[in-house]
Amino acid sequence: MAGSLAARDRRVVITGVGIVAPGGIGTKAFWDTLVEGRTSTRRITLFDASPFRCQIAAECDFDPQLEGLSPKEIRRMDRAAQFAVVAAREALSDSGLDTAGTDRSRMAVSIGNAVGNTMRIEQEYVAISDGGRDWLVDWRYAAPYSYQYLLPSSIVSEVAWASGAEGPAVAVSSGCTSGLDSVGHAVQLIEDGSADIVVAGATDAPLCPMSMACFDAIRATTPRNDAPESGCRPFHRERDGLVLGEGAAVFVCEEYEHAVRRGAQLRAEIIGYANRANAYHMTGLRPDGRELAEAIRAALDQARLDPSEIDYVNAHGSGTKQNDLHETVAVKRSLGQHAYNVPMSSIKSMVGHSLGAIGSIEIAACVMAIEHGVIPPTANLTDQDPACDLDYVPVTAREQDTGVVLSIGSGFGGFQTAIVIAEPGRGAR
Amino acid sequence: MSAFTPQDLKTIMLSTADEDVAPDLDGDFLDQPFTGLSFDSLAVLEIAARIQQQYHLVISDEASARMTTPRDVLDYVNGQLRESA
Amino acid sequence: MKAVITGLGVAAPNGIGTEAYWAATLAGQSGIGPITFFDATPYPVRLAGEVTGLSLAGYIPRKLRAQADHVTHLALAATMMALDDAGVDPAQQSAFDMGVIAANSSGGIMYGERGLQRLWSQGPAYVSAYMSIACFYAATAGQISIRHGMRGPCLILTSEQAGGVDAAGHARRQVRRGTPLVVTGGTDASLSPGGLASQIATRMLSPCPDPARAYVPFDAAASGYVLGIGGAMLLLESETNARQRGATRIYGELAGYAATFDPANGDGEPEGPAEPHDPPRGAGRFSRLGRAAELALADAQVAPEQVDVVFADAWGRAELDRAEAEAITGIFGPFGVPVTAPKSMTGRLYAAGGALDLITALLAMRDSVLPPTINVTSLAPGCDIDLVTGAPREKPVQTALVLARGLGGFNAAAVLTSVN
Repeated sequence: MAGSLAARDRRVVITGVGIVAPGGIGTKAFWDTLVEGRTSTRRITLFDASPFRCQIAAECDFDPQLEGLSPKEIRRMDRAAQFAVVAAREALSDSGLDTAGTDRSRMAVSIGNAVGNTMRIEQEYVAISDGGRDWLVDWRYAAPYSYQYLLPSSIVSEVAWASGAEGPAVAVSSGCTSGLDSVGHAVQLIEDGSADIVVAGATDAPLCPMSMACFDAIRATTPRNDAPESGCRPFHRERDGLVLGEGAAVFVCEEYEHAVRRGAQLRAEIIGYANRANAYHMTGLRPDGRELAEAIRAALDQARLDPSEIDYVNAHGSGTKQNDLHETVAVKRSLGQHAYNVPMSSIKSMVGHSLGAIGSIEIAACVMAIEHGVIPPTANLTDQDPACDLDYVPVTAREQDTGVVLSIGSGFGGFQTAIVIAEPGRGAR
Repeated sequence: MSAFTPQDLKTIMLSTADEDVAPDLDGDFLDQPFTGLSFDSLAVLEIAARIQQQYHLVISDEASARMTTPRDVLDYVNGQLRESA
Repeated sequence: MKAVITGLGVAAPNGIGTEAYWAATLAGQSGIGPITFFDATPYPVRLAGEVTGLSLAGYIPRKLRAQADHVTHLALAATMMALDDAGVDPAQQSAFDMGVIAANSSGGIMYGERGLQRLWSQGPAYVSAYMSIACFYAATAGQISIRHGMRGPCLILTSEQAGGVDAAGHARRQVRRGTPLVVTGGTDASLSPGGLASQIATRMLSPCPDPARAYVPFDAAASGYVLGIGGAMLLLESETNARQRGATRIYGELAGYAATFDPANGDGEPEGPAEPHDPPRGAGRFSRLGRAAELALADAQVAPEQVDVVFADAWGRAELDRAEAEAITGIFGPFGVPVTAPKSMTGRLYAAGGALDLITALLAMRDSVLPPTINVTSLAPGCDIDLVTGAPREKPVQTALVLARGLGGFNAAAVLTSVN
C-alpha cells in the first residue's frame, strides 16, 4: 500500500494563521489563554439553556461588527461563516500574501465543518414554522439566504470571495475530524500540484438549543453545570462528558518553494497526514484503538519519522469516558514505549469541543507550541484516571523545545485522523 | 400508578426501531442482551428517552449505563414507579 | 496510474437500479412530478424529482431505517448496488484498502426538521437519540464505512451540485495515493417543507406548474430548475486492483478532473445581470467553468476534437445556461460537440447530480448512445450548442466531458475515457 507520489517533491508550509476561539479572538489572545491554562467554559449566555441537561459551553465573545464584518455580511452569514471569514482575513494578513499579484487560479479553499450553519438553520426554522407549530412551514417567511444556510459550502464561498481564490474550493465534512481533514485535504491539493496556496481551516458555531438537545439525548455532554470552569476534564478519573464549544481557525497553506520565493515567513511545515475510519459504530469506539493507531502510523510513515521523534501529542481529549481511554490505547499502540515519554495534552479542556472546527484550532495550537517552545496543558486534571497513565501535562503549561507535533482526532461516524506539524525545514529530509 | 409491563416495554422498543423488528421480540426477550436483539447503545438511550417522556421519570446516567437487558429496564422503571407512588 | 470505474449504483427519480434508470432515460421518461413526500399545495413550487418505492428491506439493515435519514438510505442502497455490480465483496478485501469519498450537500434535512419540530413544539425530552448521527453531513460516509467495513480514508465533500464530481476527483486522488478501492458519488434529499421553502427563497426554482415545461435547460423559455432527490454511487479502483481481482467489467477511466471557483469581482465587465444568489458585492458573476473544463481536458491529455459528448450542468436559468453554452462553444466551437442534459428527466440532484452524470456518461460509452435532453423545444438565443433532443442519438463514445456547477461559485469538470 505504498504511496505512489515522490516524497518531498512539493512540501507544504503554513505561512499565515487566523483564529476565533473561546477566550481569544486572534492568535495572540488565543495563545495567551492556552499558556495561562485558562478555561473558557462557562454557563451558556447565547440563549436560555435552562431546559437542558448540559447548560455550559465554551463561547466566543465575538462582536461581528467589531471584527470588521459589514451589516450586509452579518445579515448574510451565519455565525460559523462569520468566524471563518474573520479568521481567514487574519490568516491572509498574517501571511503577507499579495493576492493581487498572485495567480489566483492556483489558490484553493478547503474549509472543514461538521454541523453546518446550525444557529441560522434553527432560527429560520423557528420563524417559518411559527415555533414548531406548523409542519407545513410558511415559505413567505424564509429569509433570502436560508437555502445557503443548509449548505456548508456557502461558508466556503464566503472565504473564497474574501480571499480572492479561483482554484478548487470545497467544504470537508467528517464530523469531529473535519478540522484536521480539511487541512489534510489542503496538503494533498498542494502535493499533487492542484494548487500552490490553500486557504484551509475549519469552523463551527453549534451553540443553539437543537445541538444541546442532541447531545443531551445521547448523554455525551457533561451535566457539570455547577462548576462550569472545570466542566471539561480530559483524562480525569471522574470525567463525565464533553463541553461544546465554537470557533474557527484558518491557515494559509502554501507550497514551500512558492512561499520561499516571495519571502514569506514560514510558521510551520505539515509533514504527514492520514485519515482512517473505524467502521465500527457511529458513536462508539472500539476499545483497542487500532484504526486511530493506524492513522498515526501512516502519518508518521509519510513524515518519515520514528515515534521517538515526536515532541508533543495534541490529543483529541474530549473528556468522555470512552474517548480518552480509546485515545490512550491508540497512542500506546502506535508510539510504543515513547508514549510514556512524550507529553500529550487536550486543549478542549480550555476551549471546549467545537466539533468540526476544533481540529483546525488544535493545529493552530500546535503551530504556536512549536514557535514558542511551550506545551499547553490539560486543564482541570487534578486527579488522573489510573487507566489513562500517560503524561497529559496537567494544569500548567510546560516549556519544552518542540520541533514535531502529532495532532490526532476521532469523530462521530468513526473517523480517525492524524496529522504531523513540524518546525519549518523539517520536511527536507 | 400501574406497573410497567413487558408489553409496554415491547411497544416502546418497537417504536424506536423499524416495525420489522417484531420477530425478534416474540417469545422470551426480557433476558436477552440488547445487542443480541439488534439494539445498540444509541437504541438503548432512545428507549430510555421514550420512557422518560411517557412516564415522566428520570433515568440517571448510571442507571442507563447498567441496562444491558430489557429486564434491567423493566425492573428499574417499576422500581421508580413504586417509589413515586 | 489509472483510476477506473467498475461498479455503478443508482436511485433516481426516474429509475431505481442502474439499468432501470438507463432504460427510462433512453426512453425519455421523466421522474419529475407533483411532490408527494408532504402536502405541497400551500407552496408556489409543487414539483420535484422524488425517489419513491426504494425497497428498504433489500438494502437497509433494520436498525438503520429508524436511525438514518432518507439521504443515508439512498447512499447505502446505491453503494450496495455498485458493489454488487462490480462483483466486490468488501469482506474479502483488506479493510484499510477501501475508502469512502462521497458528496452530500444538505445533510439529513427531513430527519432534522422532524427533530426541530419536536424540540420546539414539545421540548428537549422529545429529541431522539439518533438526531446526533442522522443529520450531519458526514453521516452517509460513516454509515457506508460501517456497513462494509471500510477503514481507509473516508470523508464527505460539499460544493452543492459540483460535489459529486469533486468527490470523484478526490477519490481518484486517494487511489493514486495508495487506496486501491474507493466508494464515491453523492446523495442528496433536500425535500422537506423547510427544505422546499428555503429553495423557493433562492428564486431559482421554476414557478412553472407543468412538469413538461418547468425544467427546460438551454430553452428560450427556461424559467428555473426543478429540485430532485437521489443517490448515485460509483466504485473507483486502481486498474491494477481491478484486473488483479478479475473484475469482469471496467466502465471507463476517470482520466481528467479539475475544479475552479468564480470570483465575485473580476477584470472587465461582469457577465450578465446579478443572479438572486449572488452576494450583493458587485453585479454579476465571472464564470470560471470554461477554465475547469480546459484544465480537466489537459489533465486527461485529451484534445477537444476527441470529446464525443458533453454532459451539461444545465442550471435552467437563462443567464446561467448562456454562460455554460459560451464556455462550451469557447472550447469546441459553435455546435462543435453533442451536448446533453438527461437531468431534464430527474431535476437537479445536487450532490447526486454530478455523480449521476458520470454514471450516465459511462453507460453512454458502454452502449454507444447519447441520451436525450427532454422537453426542450427551441434553443435560447446565444446557446449555440448541438443539444441532443428528441430521440437518443446513436454514437460511439470514447471520451465524455461532464460539467457541474454548485451554488456559490463552484465549478467542476471530469473527463471519462474508454479503456478498450
